[in-house]
Amino acid sequence: MADCRGEKRKRDSGSVQLGAYRDQRYKGSRQQQEDLLLHSTTLYVGNLSFFTTEEQIHELFTRAGDVKRIIMGLDKFKKTPCGFCFVELRKFPRSVLIASDPSFYNLNSVVRYYTREDAENAMRYANGTRLDDRVVRTDWDVGFKEGRQYGRGKSGGQVRDEYRTDYDSGRGGYGKIIQQKIPAAAH
Amino acid sequence: MSRRKTYEDSSDEEEGRSRKRRRGSESVDIEDRLESLITRVGEKSTSSLESNLEGLASVLESDLPNYKQKIMRILCECVTTMPEKLTVYTTLVGLLNAKNYNAGGEFVELLVRNLKEVLKTSEFDSALVMVRFLADLINCHVIVAASLIMMFDSFLEVTLEDNIPQVRSDWYVYAVLSSMPWVGKELAEKKDAELEKLLTTIEHYIQKRQKIHVQTLRVWTSDDPHPQEEYLDCLWAQIKNLRANQWEEHQILRPYLAFNVVLCDALQHTLPRIIPPSHHDEATYPLPTVVFRMFDYTDVPEGVGIIPGSQAIERYLLEEHISRIIESYHLERKDCAAYLLSFPLKCKVPLNYMIVEVLFSQLFRLPRPPYIDLFYGSLLVELCKLQPSSMPQVVAQATEMLYDRLDTMNTSCIERFVQWFAYHLSNFQFRWTWDEWSDCTQQDLLGPKAKFVQEVLLKCMRLSYHQRMVEIVPADFKALLPRKPVPSFKYEKEGSGSLPGTIVVHQLMQAIKSKCTPEEAFSIIKDVPNPLKEKEGMDPGYNPLRIEVFVQTLLYIGSKSFSHSFAAISKFNNVLKALAETQDGQICLLKSLYELHKDHQQLIVVLIDKLLKTQIVECSAVANWIFSDEMMQDFTSDEEDYDNVKRIWQRFEVAYKEATDFYVWEIMHSTVKKMNKQVQKLQKEVDEARDRREAAHRRTRDGLDLDDEPEDVPTEEMIERMEDRLEAAQSEQKNLFLIIFQRFIIILTDHLAKCESDDSDYNTHWYKWVIERLQQVFLLHHEQVYRYINTLETLMFTSDIDIHILEVFQQFCALRS
Repeated sequence: MADCRGEKRKRDSGSVQLGAYRDQRYKGSRQQQEDLLLHSTTLYVGNLSFFTTEEQIHELFTRAGDVKRIIMGLDKFKKTPCGFCFVELRKFPRSVLIASDPSFYNLNSVVRYYTREDAENAMRYANGTRLDDRVVRTDWDVGFKEGRQYGRGKSGGQVRDEYRTDYDSGRGGYGKIIQQKIPAAAH
Repeated sequence: MSRRKTYEDSSDEEEGRSRKRRRGSESVDIEDRLESLITRVGEKSTSSLESNLEGLASVLESDLPNYKQKIMRILCECVTTMPEKLTVYTTLVGLLNAKNYNAGGEFVELLVRNLKEVLKTSEFDSALVMVRFLADLINCHVIVAASLIMMFDSFLEVTLEDNIPQVRSDWYVYAVLSSMPWVGKELAEKKDAELEKLLTTIEHYIQKRQKIHVQTLRVWTSDDPHPQEEYLDCLWAQIKNLRANQWEEHQILRPYLAFNVVLCDALQHTLPRIIPPSHHDEATYPLPTVVFRMFDYTDVPEGVGIIPGSQAIERYLLEEHISRIIESYHLERKDCAAYLLSFPLKCKVPLNYMIVEVLFSQLFRLPRPPYIDLFYGSLLVELCKLQPSSMPQVVAQATEMLYDRLDTMNTSCIERFVQWFAYHLSNFQFRWTWDEWSDCTQQDLLGPKAKFVQEVLLKCMRLSYHQRMVEIVPADFKALLPRKPVPSFKYEKEGSGSLPGTIVVHQLMQAIKSKCTPEEAFSIIKDVPNPLKEKEGMDPGYNPLRIEVFVQTLLYIGSKSFSHSFAAISKFNNVLKALAETQDGQICLLKSLYELHKDHQQLIVVLIDKLLKTQIVECSAVANWIFSDEMMQDFTSDEEDYDNVKRIWQRFEVAYKEATDFYVWEIMHSTVKKMNKQVQKLQKEVDEARDRREAAHRRTRDGLDLDDEPEDVPTEEMIERMEDRLEAAQSEQKNLFLIIFQRFIIILTDHLAKCESDDSDYNTHWYKWVIERLQQVFLLHHEQVYRYINTLETLMFTSDIDIHILEVFQQFCALRS
């Protein structure tokens, strides 16, 4: 059909594109990582308040689609929320018969693939909107593995909260390093 | 923000680059450049649209010898993917035709071929813009007017067909009528008599149409303050006004007028005959709609322009154009907002009001909105951000109006209004002038405004937390505040010592907390006596006390978060399944869950979702539980005993409230959806397997594949097994709908009978909330329900049920008839 291409162009562009960030601790080649990201239905959600609960996140993302699981990011040491999470959304198995295309005739005419409508909806419509008065950021993620729920900063939280210089009451006040330098800043 | 930027961004992406490298040739670059030039024409630019079009037409002319096919394809794509730029592309095609007659001919041929194809495959949205495009080509001297009239004639012949659904003839009439703003004037000049004949045919058709479906599709039952018109009636009235104005309209940009001299010299093509493919059962036509109108000129402050009247063609054209922009850019909310606000207008209209009206008209559209509600929510937030000085006020004004008109608003729409407004508030720190809504605190708790505010606060609480709700509303809203969402665990309350089961509960709690195995947990509850057995002396198939003890203890321990609850359910999955093997057991399990968490609606919703996914409970059990006495108060008791009646009436008032709670229906619909998805999935499996088998057969027949059957070709037996599974799921689905409808009929009939014997008004708040939920089941799942329409008609919605209930069914049937 004539508008297939138009659809494809729209799908690959804009808000569902992969961001520039790549997890440096991913084990595998850059290509493998990108393939996983391109087919993933897991999102990383960042800039959450430490007080935002799984329930609140669920309520927002369930408006984008069927939420399978939410994994809250935790402080490595304190095991308390540290401002991020992973949201897994449903995959849709899809098969398309392309026998009408002459070049595929006589070949195996069924192509199977997964679409990730729900996760794409979350990227399109939840990314950059507010939850708990904060603008949340979503990004594609290769998928949750045990251990990834913990903050990677030296102090146990996320790395960004180590170096932050502003005061953010939703994320424990000043950044960890500043807090150590000026003990009074912690209060 | 612009399409241009998006386009370049995406070609910078890895995939784009490697594709280019792979093909690597110069021609690819030229093809991509052509595509980008064509798709971008008509966007904001430093030079005028006319000179851009002229330049582009020359480029295309010179590239035609080498890239003709490519150019034709891109142009045809633009017809359907960028319908908001229709006249830009008709002008371009006109210019190209003037330079190269054959190219014009080939384009028309390709577009006609595409049109025939989409008519055959029931893609009526695409077909509509193609028809309109062909019509506008008259204005660009590409097509002979007489041949367009012939196409319209053959479209209108559909109105004479026998035994077809009205939606079929409606579409063909709509396609002709909706092209009139573009082409009416030209046809009136060139083919006046033929045009009049067309319009007379349409008028006759409009007069004889049935409109039973209208009631079901209205957002408001009232026509005050603005009439809510049936879509075809409305367009017909607008076209009549347009004709009365000598076909002059003030909305469509017509770039071709600037090229009149060039275009007049061009040779024109005759459209081949386009005969609508005949009706068949698989064809699905667009459902009718009711035009949503919330504003008129009096709502708009002075100086920002005038909203065209409801029967002015400009209103239709503005709505159409806004809808087309939404359609083209709905995948990118930021682009969508920017394009909407930079919409080129010929005269001064309060664009913000029009945008907000169209967005709400889509959000409230019945049966379902075109896109998910989160799209509308995030788009409205984006619009407010882009135009902070005026958009937030318009949205607030609209919200006030919607609130004021809640009394006559359809329940499905109120539900969407709640859902949107809670989201919107959560994006603006929950700031709202609640004081202005204090009239809701004077209402009965089931009154539309009071109910609306309660449900909004419940949804806001889900996105926030309980204390915040207490802080945002004025003190007199206290009665409307949600209860704090904490579990109510009766085994730890005062006086729990006398409850049967308390001892076991404490043992069980100890064991689960010290991480016992499911087997160990089961052995603790094994000996809980069955209260049902004592009474009736036979095996009831489940033990309510055992279920309650186990379910409440487990979920109470897991109540710290969703994850804790889910982990508890999955660890003790087998125990739960063993406890609730029968349907009655499953209903009992749901009751126990509800009793524990009745103040935490969101948790009930997700837990039931989990129980369905893990197949601990069946869909039909959920439906039966929702309609159980505790939830709905089935009013069928013996009325002889006056005290008893009084007692039941009191309970009735309280318990009936549950049926009006929105989350109960959230559960119901998500359960039905789950069932539908299951059927869909199995159907797809069967279809695919058949296709694969057929493809393999074809290969063998063609002698291409002489080996034994490859592994991935399903055998006949495999397909049969799949079909059996599908059949089982379909009968489960049908059963689920039968349960739901039967229960609706029972509770509504009881209510109506009760009111009749009491000589009281049946049309209570409760009645409205419940009967419109019945309507919602029909509408929300209309494709699936429609499959069982014959069974429903002969088994349930028969002539001996109350007319009020029967009407809901008849209106639903009329949607497609």
